[in-house]
Amino acid sequence: MIPGEGLWYSVAVLACNALFPDVFSQIPDMTIELKGVKFAHAGTPGKPVLDIDHWSVEGGQHVFVHGPSGSGKTTLLHLLSGLLACSDGEVSVLGKQLNTMSNRQRDRFRANHIGYVFQRFNLIPYLNALENIDLARSFAARGGPSTNLASSLLASLKVEEDNWHRPTTELSMGQQQRVAIARALINQPELLIADEPTSSLDQENRDNFLEMLMPLVTEHNMTLLFVSHDMSLSRHFGQVQALGDINRLA
Amino acid sequence: MFLRIALKSLLNRKGSVIMTLLAIGVAIFVLLGIENIRNQARDSFASTVSGVDLIVGAKTGSLNLLLYSVFRMGAPTDNISWESYQAIASDSNVAWSIPISLGDSHKGYRVVGTTDDYFEYFSYGNKRQLEISDGERFSKTFDVVLGSEVARTLGYSLGREIILAHGVVSTSFNLHDNKPFTVVGILAPTGTPVDQTLHVLLEGIEAMHTDWPQGFGPASSAVGRTPQADELIPESITAFMLGLNSRMLTFRVQREINGFAEEPLLAILPGVALSELWQMVGMFENVLRLISILVLVTSVLGLGAVLLASVRERSNEINLLRVLGAPPYYLFLLVELEALLICLCGTLLGVLGLYLTLLAVEDTLFANFGLHLSPNVFTVEGLFIVLLVFAAALLAAAIPSLRVYNKAKASA
Repeated sequence: MIPGEGLWYSVAVLACNALFPDVFSQIPDMTIELKGVKFAHAGTPGKPVLDIDHWSVEGGQHVFVHGPSGSGKTTLLHLLSGLLACSDGEVSVLGKQLNTMSNRQRDRFRANHIGYVFQRFNLIPYLNALENIDLARSFAARGGPSTNLASSLLASLKVEEDNWHRPTTELSMGQQQRVAIARALINQPELLIADEPTSSLDQENRDNFLEMLMPLVTEHNMTLLFVSHDMSLSRHFGQVQALGDINRLA
Repeated sequence: MFLRIALKSLLNRKGSVIMTLLAIGVAIFVLLGIENIRNQARDSFASTVSGVDLIVGAKTGSLNLLLYSVFRMGAPTDNISWESYQAIASDSNVAWSIPISLGDSHKGYRVVGTTDDYFEYFSYGNKRQLEISDGERFSKTFDVVLGSEVARTLGYSLGREIILAHGVVSTSFNLHDNKPFTVVGILAPTGTPVDQTLHVLLEGIEAMHTDWPQGFGPASSAVGRTPQADELIPESITAFMLGLNSRMLTFRVQREINGFAEEPLLAILPGVALSELWQMVGMFENVLRLISILVLVTSVLGLGAVLLASVRERSNEINLLRVLGAPPYYLFLLVELEALLICLCGTLLGVLGLYLTLLAVEDTLFANFGLHLSPNVFTVEGLFIVLLVFAAALLAAAIPSLRVYNKAKASA
């Protein structure tokens, strides 16, 4: 795959998506829908960090959310992934109301339907790349597809095969982040959340990362929520939103 | 996958894990080792004498009688007249009797004057008879049969002439050096005080003392005189052991002897006296136990500390596992599993170490202390101890596990 092909491919798919939305009817209309969400951390009930009247993301969209740090980014992502529960308002992901689920149900839901990539510490340091991917698969209910998917994901993310069995601490940061994508995609989640995934990478690796991520996301018909403060990345996305427009407290 | 994470996570922290593992291993080693020694010491203690129904001596405490007649410790309070012995030994209920005459020694080892019946009827352990490993039983007045330890420690072999001393200290001045004895037999090791004893005929004891009119030493004129046969009938003995025709008679005969009219006598049941004695030694047993329990507590606390220290450095890992969908209890169990794995390896190490050590020192211990330790560490009690260690380790690991659990719950 030559660099750029992925980009054009994603642009084409994006165009198709916009022109013929019915083709992707298997994706729920609204992947994310927040209504009247107010949230304050348990330790500081007097200091709310989120106040979202209404916010939604359509299925298959690639959304770039930017905002300064401390604007409630991470809290928002934790609400969407079910790591945090919101008592005030309604958080729906893939048509399921997270705020009415039990803790255990939210953990299962996250394992099965949501992929997550952080800025750093995406991998268990003492496991190798394949084991890290296996680990993610072990939490998903569907028993998981065969290892072929892990190999093909790693291959299409250009992680060399000799690195698959090395401890992930021996891999470069760029490679680690690409293994992290494979790990996040192994359960074929409908929603991929990326929290500043490129902030630890240099410019070249940053471009590489996005050029590999976008076609995969498109190929698997995923909704991508990409959070970053680096506006230069926004050109890769169909939809760009400022967190300040979503969260009235930001 | 769960097990693999735990294993790899431990391997990732080799240094502290190996130290903890060794600590657990040592604790297991000490616990099982002490338990093993304790049990076998008690067994070997209880099997010092068997098949003897009653031990009879002059009126004294039952423990005192047991100590001097069986363990060759302490001093008899008084002797029994030969006539009393004859009267009781010829009772129709008595199957056999072994007279014992104490009071002489050789280089710190006690000399027992007895008869041929000693080899015939005395038994130890599981009704095992004494065996002569070298030579034969005594038949002449100046014959001596050595316990295995006496022969080995002093380096005596058959045909050797030895001098016995009056009294029981190795530096006694009252040597019977005009009456040398000849070694005619050496007993096989028994693991009982028999190993530390020299056995001669009652006649030998009498012969040694024939020319000691005041009991303080030989008259100078009498050196080397061969005693006459009628002088060799003992006037008194120290104690005797009885075998009865039926065990049912034991208490009746005991009562009869305790009420013996001519002389104040005491008859004891060796089994009862042995267990009384062991209860006194039991104090020491409990101290050993306490020490081993403290060793266990220390090592288990060490395990808890190592796991606790790892919690802080693992907060990224905890976050990551949570995001992958691991519920908090998964993380709790992960830390507990790690504790379990450390414990398992430590136990294997400790048990294996103990087994090899016992195997290595088995012969030495038996030869030097007459303590027979079988390297069998896999007993029901041992299993119970191992389970106890595991429970303690899991309990200690519950603190770091709970901390991880709480961290996981609040990781968002």
